[in-house]
Amino acid sequence: MAVVSSPRKAVFNRLAIVGVLIATIVFLAPIYWIASTAFKPRELATTVPPTVFFTPEITPFIKLFVKRVQMTKPVDKATYDAAPWWEQRIYDGGERVLRTGGAVQLSAYPDRFMNSLIVAVISTILAVGFGTFTAYGFSRFKMAGEADLLFFILSTRMLPPIVVAIPMFLMYRAVGLNDTHVGLIILYVAFNLSFSVWLMKGFMDEIPKEYEEAALVDGYSRMQAFFKIVLPEAATGIAATAVFCFITAWNEYAFALMLTNRRAQTAPPFIPSQLGSGLPDWTTIAAGTVLFLLPVAIFTFVLRKHLLRGVTFGAIRK
Amino acid sequence: MANVRLDKVTKQFGAHTAVRDLSLDIADGEFFVLLGPTGAGKTTILRLIAGLDKPTAGRIVLGGEDMSDWTVAQRDVALVFQYYSLYPRYTVRQNLEFPLKSKVHSYSRAEIDERIERASKILRISHLLERKTDRLSGGEMQRVAIGRAIVREPRVFLMDEPLSNLDAKLREALRAELKDLQMKLGGTFLFVTHDQIEAMSMGDKVGVLNDGQIAQVGTPQEIYNRPRDTFVATFVGSPAMNLVPGDLAGGKVTAIDGKLVVPVNGHAGSAQAGGVTLGFRSEDIRVGPDEATEAVVHDVENHGVEQIVTLRIGGHLVKATVPANVPVTVESKVRFGVDAAKVHCFDAKTGVNLTAG
Ligand SMILES: Nc1ncnc2c1ncn2[C@@H]1O[C@H](COP(=O)(O)OP(=O)(O)OP(=O)(O)O)[C@@H](O)[C@H]1O
Ligand SMILES: [Mg+2]
Repeated sequence: MAVVSSPRKAVFNRLAIVGVLIATIVFLAPIYWIASTAFKPRELATTVPPTVFFTPEITPFIKLFVKRVQMTKPVDKATYDAAPWWEQRIYDGGERVLRTGGAVQLSAYPDRFMNSLIVAVISTILAVGFGTFTAYGFSRFKMAGEADLLFFILSTRMLPPIVVAIPMFLMYRAVGLNDTHVGLIILYVAFNLSFSVWLMKGFMDEIPKEYEEAALVDGYSRMQAFFKIVLPEAATGIAATAVFCFITAWNEYAFALMLTNRRAQTAPPFIPSQLGSGLPDWTTIAAGTVLFLLPVAIFTFVLRKHLLRGVTFGAIRK
Repeated sequence: MANVRLDKVTKQFGAHTAVRDLSLDIADGEFFVLLGPTGAGKTTILRLIAGLDKPTAGRIVLGGEDMSDWTVAQRDVALVFQYYSLYPRYTVRQNLEFPLKSKVHSYSRAEIDERIERASKILRISHLLERKTDRLSGGEMQRVAIGRAIVREPRVFLMDEPLSNLDAKLREALRAELKDLQMKLGGTFLFVTHDQIEAMSMGDKVGVLNDGQIAQVGTPQEIYNRPRDTFVATFVGSPAMNLVPGDLAGGKVTAIDGKLVVPVNGHAGSAQAGGVTLGFRSEDIRVGPDEATEAVVHDVENHGVEQIVTLRIGGHLVKATVPANVPVTVESKVRFGVDAAKVHCFDAKTGVNLTAG
C-alpha cells in the first residue's frame, strides 16, 4: 500500500481519497448539524443562514433532564443568586425548574432512554441468540423441508411491517401488551429474527464442520463442541448480527409510537413529542437526539473490528 | 485397546454407494492399513467407525460391543482428519491438551503436560507448542493433528492419510516413529493411505479397497505376491504388474501373438481352457541373449541402482526392471523371458487370480 507502482495509480489513489472525503462530509453533515445545534444558545438555533461560530453551552442538556415551566414574571435576584449554576441557566431562559419538596423533578427523557436501552438490548440478545441456534441447526443438520422453512422465515420480512400496524395494535390491546416492555421486545425479536437467522446461517456455513467433528472425536458432546469451538469462531458473525439487530430495534419509530405512550415508551417517539409543548425548543430536541445516537455509536465502535471482519468474512477464510 | 469389526456395512450418499456390503476384521493391537485409490471410500469408512456418519446398513463393533447407538464421544476413538482440522485461535499446546481435558477423562495437570511433551517430542513439534495454529506450515499442522491423536489412549487410532503433506524425509521418519509408537502403546491402528509404499512398509495387514469394496486383505507379502485380482495386482507395486491377454490350454498360457509361452502352476493349471490375462511383475523378467522372446527397447527410465525398461513386442508394452549396469539403448533389440514360478493367470472376464489359491 505504501508503495505506489505507477503515476496513473497515484492519480487514481488521490482521486479515490477525494471521493471518500466528499462522501464522508456528505454523510457526516447532518450529524454535525444536530450535534452543533445541541450546544447552541436557543436563539441561534434557527437563524438563517445557520450560525457556525458560537460559544457552546450545555443548557440544552440541562433542560433535557429536568422538568420545567414557563415563568410569567422574571425571577427575583435573591432566588437567582441562591440557585446552583445549572438552575440559573434555566432561569436565563425564562423558565423555572419544578421541584417536589425541594427535590428536582426529572423530565421523562431518562426514563424513555432507559426504555429504549432495555427493549433494544433484550430484544437483540434474544434475536441473536435464537438466530444463532437456529442457524446452526439449519447449517449442520439435514431436515425435511429445509429450504421451505428458510424461505418461510425470510418471508416474514416481505410484508412492510406497517401494513399490519392496525391489527397489531388491536391484538396488543386485547392481550394487554399495549405499552409494555415485553410487547415491544416480542415485536422487535420477531422483526429481527429472520434477519438474524439468515445472516448467522451464512456465518455458520463458513465454519468448517470438521472443527466440531474433531471435538466430538476428542470426547466432547455436541453442545460442548458448540460452545467451545463453534461459538468463538462465530463471534465475528454474532457481533455483526448484533449491531444490525440493535440498530433496528433502537431506531424503530412507527410501532413504538403506536404501541406505547408512557410506561414503555422508547426515545424515538418521545423526542419529537416534545415539539408540541409551546414553541419548539430545537436545542433541547437536538440534545436528546445526540444522546440518543451515542449508544449505537459506542456499540458499533466497540465491535468495529468484528464488523469489518464480518463484512469480509468469506474473503479472509479462504 | 480393542478390535474393530465391520459387519456387512453399507453407506449410501443419496443414490451413490460409497461403501458396499463391506466386512472387515481388525485384531486388537494390529496395524491395519487401508489402501485404495481416491474415491474408494477410505475416509467414509473411518467416519463410520468414529460415528461421525451412520451406516445405511450393517454393524460396527468395537471391542465386542455394537456401536450403533453409541455417540462419537462414547466410542473413544482418535481420528486424524485428512484435512487437518486444528482448532483455530488455539495454540499448538492448547490443541494437544484439548482431548485430554474432555470430561471423559480426568487427567492431572502433570499428566497432561507429560503426555504433551512426549507426543511433541516424537513429532518434533516441541518448539512450536506456544505457536498459534494458523502460523504453521502444512506439514507442521499435520503433525499437530497426529499429536492430538497420540496424546490419548483411545480404543483405536484412525488416521486418514496423515503423512500425505510431509516431505519425503520426514514422512519416512514418521512412518518409523508411528510404527514404533504402535509397538510401544500396543494400540490398534487403522491407517488410511493411497500410497502403496506406506501400506507395504507399515502394515501388519493391508486391506485393499476398490470402489467401496474390499478387494483383498492380507499381509503386505500376500498382497504383493498373491494378488487376488487384476485390480490389486496393478494397484500394488511400482511399476504396476504387466498384464497381457493370453490363452490358457494344457497348463500353458500363450500370449503376445504366440511369442510368449509360459507354463502355469497352481489352480490355474487345472482351470478351464480359454481366454486369460497373464500377469508378471517387472522384476520377474530376465533380459539376456539366451531368452525366448525378442523385443525392442521402447523407453528407459533410470532409477539409480536399477532401470525400468519398457519393452515393445508387436503392439504390446511390458515393463522390466534391469540392473543399472546392464547397457540398454532405446530402439535396440533385446531378448527377454519371464520367471514362470512368479507369473499370475487371471480370469479374462472377472479378473480373479486363477493361480493363487
Ligand atoms: N457427504 C458426502 N455426500 C455425498 N457423497 C460423498 C460424501 N462423502 C463422500 N462421498 C462420496 O463417496 C465416495 C467415497 O468418498 P471418500 O471420501 O470415502 O473417498 P476416499 O477414499 O477417502 O478418497 P480420497 O483418497 O480422495 O480421500 C466418493 O465417491 C465421494 O464422492
Ligand atoms: Mg479421503
